[in-house]
Amino acid sequence: MRFAVLQFPGSNCDQDCVHVLGNVLGQQADYLWHKEESLGNADAVVVPGGFSYGDYLRTGSIAQISPVMNAVKQFANDGGLVIGICNGFQILCETGLLPGALVRNRSLQFRCEQVYLKVPTQNSPFTREIEAGGVIRVPIAHGEGCYFADEESLVRLQSNDQILFRYVTAEGEPTEEANPNGSLLNIAGICNEARNVCGMMPHPERASESILGEDDGLRIFEGMLRHFEGKPVAAEPEPAV
Amino acid sequence: MKAKIVITPKKAVLDPQGKTVQTALEHMGYEGVNDVHVGKYLEIELEGDDAEAWKPRIDEACHKLLSNPVIEDYHFTIE
Repeated sequence: MRFAVLQFPGSNCDQDCVHVLGNVLGQQADYLWHKEESLGNADAVVVPGGFSYGDYLRTGSIAQISPVMNAVKQFANDGGLVIGICNGFQILCETGLLPGALVRNRSLQFRCEQVYLKVPTQNSPFTREIEAGGVIRVPIAHGEGCYFADEESLVRLQSNDQILFRYVTAEGEPTEEANPNGSLLNIAGICNEARNVCGMMPHPERASESILGEDDGLRIFEGMLRHFEGKPVAAEPEPAV
Repeated sequence: MKAKIVITPKKAVLDPQGKTVQTALEHMGYEGVNDVHVGKYLEIELEGDDAEAWKPRIDEACHKLLSNPVIEDYHFTIE
């Protein structure tokens, strides 16, 4: 599988993504400069974290008008797999590929820590390798990760099962204390209605090797790979009698 | 000629900066501060003197780039 990892001026998680997709997942991963107008033969796009264009004006606002984003929009609308991580999530919201927006953390602090995420649904290429209702541990590092959407959009996200990741306690409870940034409904990540575009504030690429502490994040990339390969979702284990 | 654009967070959006500034003002002894909203102010130098012709273009730019309609409101004058 061929992943294109976008690079904007100010991206800083692009190398981590290429390392994990190439060296850990064993797939082809190539950098793609934001001035490119074509995605070439990519099978999936990663919009990595960082501070594209120095976060000037609003996070992700300038990156959304980069030439490569026209190709990404077309690719996504044709059903291609796209994942935006941290600043990548902000960029995908600014382009309109995902609903809502990310605003300043309620605490006004930059939060850099491990968080627990509940994965409510297996029904997406990004979460299919994680059991429904399971909890994973992945780090965050952001100052503007407070998810906001109007009431109507929030209702739609819930009724369409588009919330893929929620901030929870280690026990899986979506409490206010477990919410690091004030996101509505403790939302850490969502997908679009067609379920081929995902945005998330936490960094799965920083939790993809057990030798570095955590590998829960790898399952998200494995999900994309298995989906691309057309493999069926692993069956739910039989309940113990 | 200049476009003067004011962008503010929508009322429904949490504005922790505004709240923090409000608290600071209260600590300084300014009474009667009911609410504070922190936004952005942009000045754009424009060619020519046809303000009417610029209005729809500035409006479009505000909608497409300068503000995010999901979280922000804007208004502007051209003078």
